Amino acid sequence: MGAALAAPQTGEPTVSRPAGRMRRPVVVTGLAGLAVGALVLLTPAFLVFQTTKLGWAGVAHVVFRPLVGQLLWNTVRLVVAVTVLAAAIGLATAWCVERTRLPGRGAWGVLVVLPIAIPEFVMGYAWQSAFRTVHGYLGSVLVMTLSLYPFVYLPVVAALRRADPGQQEVAASLGMGPVATFFRVTLRQVRPALLGGCLLVALYLLADYGAFAIMRYQTFTTTIFTELQLGFNAPAASALALVLVLLSMLLLAGEFLLVHRGRYERLGSGVAREGRRASLGRAAIPVLAGFGVLVVLGVGIPAGVLVYWMLKGSSTTLPPASILSAAAHTVAYAGAAAAATTVLAIPVSVLAVRRRTRLGMALDRVAHLAQGLPGVVVGLALVSFALSYLPALYQTSWVLLAAYAVLFLPLALVAVRSALMAASQRVEEAARSLGARSAKVFFRITLPAIAPGLGAAFALVFLTTATELTATLLLRPTGAETLATQFWYYATNLSYGAAAPYAALIVLVAGVPTFLLTRRLGALAGGSHP
Amino acid sequence: MRGFGPGVLTTALVLALTGTACGAHHAAGGPALTLYSGQHAQTVQALVDKFTAQTGQAVHVRTDDEGILANQILQEGSRSPADLYFAENSPPLEALQAKGLLAPVDPPTLAAVSSTDDSPQGDWVGVSARAGALVYNTARLTPGQLPGSVLDLANPAWKGKVGLAPSETDFQPIVAAVVKVDGQAAATSWLDGLKANATRYEDNESLVAAVNRGDVQVGIVNTYYWYRLRDEQGASAMHSALAFFKPGDPGNLVDISGAAVLASSTHQAAAQRFLAFLVSAPAQEIIATSESYEYPIAAGVTTTKVATPLSGLAPPPLSVADLGDGSGALALLQQVGLL
Repeated sequence: MGAALAAPQTGEPTVSRPAGRMRRPVVVTGLAGLAVGALVLLTPAFLVFQTTKLGWAGVAHVVFRPLVGQLLWNTVRLVVAVTVLAAAIGLATAWCVERTRLPGRGAWGVLVVLPIAIPEFVMGYAWQSAFRTVHGYLGSVLVMTLSLYPFVYLPVVAALRRADPGQQEVAASLGMGPVATFFRVTLRQVRPALLGGCLLVALYLLADYGAFAIMRYQTFTTTIFTELQLGFNAPAASALALVLVLLSMLLLAGEFLLVHRGRYERLGSGVAREGRRASLGRAAIPVLAGFGVLVVLGVGIPAGVLVYWMLKGSSTTLPPASILSAAAHTVAYAGAAAAATTVLAIPVSVLAVRRRTRLGMALDRVAHLAQGLPGVVVGLALVSFALSYLPALYQTSWVLLAAYAVLFLPLALVAVRSALMAASQRVEEAARSLGARSAKVFFRITLPAIAPGLGAAFALVFLTTATELTATLLLRPTGAETLATQFWYYATNLSYGAAAPYAALIVLVAGVPTFLLTRRLGALAGGSHP
Repeated sequence: MRGFGPGVLTTALVLALTGTACGAHHAAGGPALTLYSGQHAQTVQALVDKFTAQTGQAVHVRTDDEGILANQILQEGSRSPADLYFAENSPPLEALQAKGLLAPVDPPTLAAVSSTDDSPQGDWVGVSARAGALVYNTARLTPGQLPGSVLDLANPAWKGKVGLAPSETDFQPIVAAVVKVDGQAAATSWLDGLKANATRYEDNESLVAAVNRGDVQVGIVNTYYWYRLRDEQGASAMHSALAFFKPGDPGNLVDISGAAVLASSTHQAAAQRFLAFLVSAPAQEIIATSESYEYPIAAGVTTTKVATPLSGLAPPPLSVADLGDGSGALALLQQVGLL
């Protein structure tokens, strides 16, 4: 999706190739990129290896049973509905916040992003315990849409902020009405960001477990858990997970084709400036009401339920010392995972954006594959790999960090790639022509220029790691509980009162980077806004 | 606007790694035991604390779903860092035993519980028991309207009234029991009927809550889910009750929760001491009074928390070996399309 975010309005002619005189750095970056690729491809390789243990008859038995048809149908209708709804909500809210004189824009801009600080399983648990009718297909669509639309909102609002308002002004001057301008100009400007956000949402839906378990909606991921929990059957689970890999590849190919149809480059250079904001006029009241409803559903309901359980649940105890140690672990893992993943995203982005190599583009695509896989599958692959080749690291934080890096690299790529696209390549070339070595150019010029993008990558990975559950359960060092694992023990034991403080603390911990992200949206679109 | 600089990133990475990478693996007083536990986290913690207080031996607990942990042990094989495995039901223990991953349990430990409550092969020991039952909504049904057998719930008269959690590790043993008592063909048509009649739930917790709310009239569960729901919601909010099927019915199945020492453990003696502790009176007292609402099974300890005593139950005459490793039940559930 990275191609997405801000490719269009960087003011750089993105088609130019850099002069080829940087042999050594290319090798270094290439090796780093290949290492990242190997890390990401570990899981698919493990799945193929496990599946071959079944033999053809075994695979046929697992994959061609009637249930798999049902799962395909369940998954497709879920992905279509949630992606379309998330796209509509993300696009509409982003446009209102960024392009209109909506009252209270600043506050809305923060409130509509907040749901990504709430883990899906907490969102599901909140809705399920408040309204018993929320379950199955419609319940899952509701809960997942509320959880995931910010993944569309964030890139779209960032793209809008950097889009050249001149194009709209030209359209208006040529007599195009506001509606036509929106569809024929604005929508085209944000199309890569919109499609990229949709891809993230769709892949997330393929992989998520907790919310669907709570909503009682059967997907490939919940079935993979059943195979593991009841059959102790990793080969059968792997065969099903390979179907998810295929689905991810279809989604990636679809997004690639859609993004690369049409032109987004802005040929002239120039300075992005703020365009005139549209007046909402009489539409202001229904629009405000819409924002209010969205925030009540996505933030108010979960917050309300957590407070209710903290006050009412009879299992509520004062937060014990374990809540502090779980919070410390959560922050430490999220910080380390965010830093490591951001660093890993740099060589891949450099290869894809600066060098525009096939390897870079391929790595960028491949990185997304693991995102469509359940955390437990990536976790088991790393269990097997670490035990075979790095036994000393097994059940240390390092393997857990590797899992987080594999799972959340796509999020970091989104931000780092777009920052690189926006950073001026000419300054780098000028420095080189003055005799600076490539490494020095990178650390003195490129790195400071893309720092805001690195910050956005850090924030995205941090908040997603803080809310991760299934890979954490499998790979954490024994005894190192996180807020999410503690919440899960209590919630699955019906001790909602005891579970609620852990959920509240997850939201607080993940809420800080979420808030910072909304302040630094420019960073997500590459470069800072004047 | 400046973002978060690279200095911040580096500092965070260094801090986080130095803070977390050095795990808490070495406790004072000898090498700690590692216990993989699929049992209720709070009860296991109480057991471990008592054991450590008695012996000075530290035990690190790794909690997850019993099946996911069994998978992890299968992946780890002879390199498993686990010394002990504690499961909620017998099938995952039987599965690990069949792969030769468990060490024989010390005979005195096995002798502390009835020979029907541990592995016939002697590689794991029973620690507690849980009973299958029917939970019914008291506003919608009277005791006289309840079915005599779990098999009756496949009758069209129960269409739309039954709740089921087929993916729970507690349901599989009941399926295995029906196969053993009534045969494969009867079990298949029973599951076909259940599939037509039942609303499916992802876990027993949501199933019990659904019966209590009246979403469905009856559910096939283990008794302790009902007690735990009562704990959480308060007795005044309970609109449901437990009932048992007729004596010997497969629906009254008593499941055994058990523990084992891994063959790969390098702390065999200490790990065997922990198993011996689990079936000793102090540990069984903890189980008898815990919020797990399970039955202690060592002689001389009885629960005060559960209304029907273990001796008052009328389970079908089956051994844990009859229930096997669950693969047969899983295949059947997949065949009829419940999974």
